[in-house]
Amino acid sequence: MLEHYLGIFVTAVFVENMALAFFLGMCTFIAISKKISTAFGLGVAVVVVLAITVPVNNLIYNYLLKDGALAWAGLPDVDLSFLSFLSYIGVIAAMVQILEMFLDRFVPVLYNALGVFLPLITVNCAILGASLWMAERDYTFVESTVFGLGAGVGWALAITALAGVREKLKYSDVPEGLRGLGITFISVGLMSLCFMSFGGIDI
Amino acid sequence: MSIRSMMDSIAPHFEKGGKLEALYPAFEAIDTALYTPGHVTHRASHVRDGLDLKRIMMTVWLCAFIPGLVGAYFVGLQANQAMAELGMTSADNWRAIFLDVLISYDATSAWDNLVHGLAYFLPLYVVVFAAGIAFEIWFASKRGHEVNEGFFVTSILFTLTLPPGTPLWMAALGIIFGVVIGKEVFGGTGKNFLNPALTGRAFLYFAYPAQMSGDAVWVAVDGFTRATSLGTAALGEGYGVEWWDAFIGNIPGSLGETSTLAIMIAAVILMASRIASWRIILGCVIGLFIGSALFTLIGSDTNPMFAIPPEWHLVLGGFAFGAVFMATDPVSAAMTNRGRLVYGILIGLMCMLIRVVNPAFPEGMMLAILFGNLFAPLIDHFVVQSNIKRRLARG
Repeated sequence: MLEHYLGIFVTAVFVENMALAFFLGMCTFIAISKKISTAFGLGVAVVVVLAITVPVNNLIYNYLLKDGALAWAGLPDVDLSFLSFLSYIGVIAAMVQILEMFLDRFVPVLYNALGVFLPLITVNCAILGASLWMAERDYTFVESTVFGLGAGVGWALAITALAGVREKLKYSDVPEGLRGLGITFISVGLMSLCFMSFGGIDI
Repeated sequence: MSIRSMMDSIAPHFEKGGKLEALYPAFEAIDTALYTPGHVTHRASHVRDGLDLKRIMMTVWLCAFIPGLVGAYFVGLQANQAMAELGMTSADNWRAIFLDVLISYDATSAWDNLVHGLAYFLPLYVVVFAAGIAFEIWFASKRGHEVNEGFFVTSILFTLTLPPGTPLWMAALGIIFGVVIGKEVFGGTGKNFLNPALTGRAFLYFAYPAQMSGDAVWVAVDGFTRATSLGTAALGEGYGVEWWDAFIGNIPGSLGETSTLAIMIAAVILMASRIASWRIILGCVIGLFIGSALFTLIGSDTNPMFAIPPEWHLVLGGFAFGAVFMATDPVSAAMTNRGRLVYGILIGLMCMLIRVVNPAFPEGMMLAILFGNLFAPLIDHFVVQSNIKRRLARG
């Protein structure tokens, strides 16, 4: 059983890396990767949000929204799955709001460094994507916790590595037209070439 | 008239205001390749050693020919053996024009083997060099930097990672990708974060998998298939060769990666002259031993790769070549000493992981090194941070 969970975790971190295999959450990935410490902070924030929202959404999906999920309330024919997007985003927004207040109170340095991108985690595609995947793959509660954690760790790993690369590239002499975003996109492309080493692993 | 005075007499054409100013990087490259650069530092400099960038690059370049030539010999040997097996009396491509005159395709003659192998190695290298240097000069003249000796190393290392029968246009495409996207868009030698030779090789691997992997590409005779030892081992059919054969290089594989013995000789030269970091090479080997021990311990009923012992991992595939020539590239590797060890171990572990766990790639050294390159800046960052912390604590 442990092996099964380990498999889900490793797959989520490396093989199906949110950022480098599926290019999800690109806006924050590109925007907040200039400094290692900030990128790492954002990475941790994403890990926390993912590890909590995916299992919570799993409960909502399994006990409220799925076709026949309301059987426990005596309504076996009700299918509320058309509400899934709405409720997932609601849960994510609430979660991010709490996290924001927490950071503001206890880690003001990180709070200021992340700026507008902290509330924008709400609309980070990687986070909604993980919840949708959870529903599509019919994960159980424990599986979805492990998956959420893994997806977050993978994304955090990718953004920290990109920040490392970009700190190194500060000393580069990039052609004028490519400076800034252009070279970052090229770097991300090359990074995902490196992550292709995991493609095909089936755990 | 000596070459020096000839170079001097045509020099004014290439300098600022001259007719051929745009070609100055090409002129400068040829000039400094032939002679020691005439420009020296005017103020007090920090040089502690006669080993400058130029000499470093040239040493690596020359060392790369050791596995290259030995590899070429075995390419020829295997091609001659395959031809005997198929009953062919003449090579079936354009190389036959001069090969038929020079050799009789006899696998027992060292001369025939070497010449046959060189007939694959040299055209590839010439094409790779010409295609790459053209783009290098183009960028250099547009951007006003000099053509760096680094390209000598990139070109030979890239060539040595190719299967012997790679189509020449494909090799040219690969090196151009490596030079332009892997290096020049970042500003040239020393500014990139991935090894340019491996970037080009990985690009070819994913763009043309049929010509870069499989069973038909490793022996330079059309229609003859022989899987690499890692390929047969992945199917549980053993290695197909003795360990000593694999060690001296008589196995199918890319041009320069086959002979672990030749690579070890080059490694000794590189480490003794302190060009290649021994920490990185040692790290790779440690990673390999830990990784393979771990997988042997876990064990598997369905995947025979779990049981391959470390001494086989060491001699098969591109591990030795990658650890000595590719991972030690000073630009893309970690720069701190502790970081280098960690970086090496990461590469060794990743190589084992890809080889053993990933059924899509029987060989993993190339992707493992690229993966290591990716995390090298981060490793350095953490080493530096911990140094700062330790010194602050010391007061």
